[in-house]
Amino acid sequence: MRARLTVLLAGAAMLVLAVVGVRALIHLPGAGDVAHPYGARAVAAAFHHATANAVMSVTLDQRGFDTLGEEFVLLAAAVGTVLLLRELTAEREEEAAHTYGPEDVFEAVRLAGYVLLPVTLLVGGYVVVHGHLTPGGGFQGGTVLATGLYLAYLAADYRALDRLRPPGVFDAAEGLGAFAYVAVGVGGLLAGSGFLADWLPWGQLGKPLSAGTVPLLNIAIGIEVGSAFVLVVAKFLEQALTVPEQAAEEG
Amino acid sequence: MLSWLPYAVAGWIFLVGCYGLVTSRHLVHTVVCLNVVQSSTYLLLLAVGWTRGGTAPIFGDIGRSRAVADPLVQAMTLTDIVVGAAVTALLLALTIQIAKRRGTVDPRALRSFEQESEE
Amino acid sequence: MSDWTLGLLLVLTAVTATAVVLTRNPGRQAMVLSAYGLMLAMTMVALSAPDVALSQIGVGTAAVPLIVVLAIARCERHTQREAPRGTHRPEDDARDGDRGRSAPDDGGRGR
Repeated sequence: MRARLTVLLAGAAMLVLAVVGVRALIHLPGAGDVAHPYGARAVAAAFHHATANAVMSVTLDQRGFDTLGEEFVLLAAAVGTVLLLRELTAEREEEAAHTYGPEDVFEAVRLAGYVLLPVTLLVGGYVVVHGHLTPGGGFQGGTVLATGLYLAYLAADYRALDRLRPPGVFDAAEGLGAFAYVAVGVGGLLAGSGFLADWLPWGQLGKPLSAGTVPLLNIAIGIEVGSAFVLVVAKFLEQALTVPEQAAEEG
Repeated sequence: MLSWLPYAVAGWIFLVGCYGLVTSRHLVHTVVCLNVVQSSTYLLLLAVGWTRGGTAPIFGDIGRSRAVADPLVQAMTLTDIVVGAAVTALLLALTIQIAKRRGTVDPRALRSFEQESEE
Repeated sequence: MSDWTLGLLLVLTAVTATAVVLTRNPGRQAMVLSAYGLMLAMTMVALSAPDVALSQIGVGTAAVPLIVVLAIARCERHTQREAPRGTHRPEDDARDGDRGRSAPDDGGRGR
């Protein structure tokens, strides 16, 4: 009864939303047919600072301050997740539980894990440091690095993962990445321009050392995002493998 | 047709996601549906910035005169994706806490915020 | 990128999104979500946004489905007695199996 009422109300709301949405979208210029005045200006600014990847120029140079805020959203979410999933006193880790995951894995998957682990880490690093030249950057490379690390769990076992992922190091690295981003921004103040201004020499478009501070900021973000994802996935993995005491006591 | 199809698809994904949110019987399913709702904004933003016959706004090996997609909305979409992932992680952590405390993840079984002592 | 390729990708994206929502079993939904993430990434490439597509592959195809699966694994342990309709209900012996597996832990360690 109550459930049906909920669906009915939501259906009515969605109907209104659909009608209003269609009316709004009808008046948008057709996709792909119009010029982009802001885009043209952003591209011009990217060329001015010798950044081949205009998207990264917008993210880290022209809108660098917004990205600082975004980075702290991610930091806050990671801290919140770690806090929510911290181990309570009522729970204890079941040692044996930590070995069973990989036993269910096919040998072929395990082999693929071994082969892909170094390749994935290499690709992640490449994507981070070439962010100002080719598609990629700190966000993309950071997630590749973080998820690549968990191939170790497939390839070997939880203990090998723990050795690859020493506790504490990624806590520190996440803070360090966020700090490095701010430090590069403050460097702009010291160099005599604004906070997060592109204060390093710009160099020549398309060269590995170009675009001023963009590669540095990409590396800072790569460290921060990579560590944040490593921490978050680590907490969820720990939750999945931890046996709660009640369940062990029942029956 | 392509001048309106991206918008229509974005709108459809938004509404389908909302439908999933309302009818969901499992909180993890709810969170994934929210993720789907958010993904409609990626399509909307990218559709606004798309240029017919253009290419990606990356000038490593193309000339400056080429028509490109708008890098501004692409940068916004990047932010969107990262924030979406952060929100999903936080909501799933909350879901695990609810499962621990209430022993159920059915949104319809969760009426109040009191502990399960009421039964 | 020819126009009809983009159109086809957009339609497929809409279909996969619908499939994600209509998959009521969260475990299966995580896999469908991963496929949807990949579909969305391909559409992004067609919309000439390779940067965003790379991010979407990392986040939407790998990281998010991964934590979804891990969250389900934890939730199911707390909800086995009263699994809601439409979800996979593990047999009661699944819980015993877990304990059975952890009981002979010396055997597991000695391996």
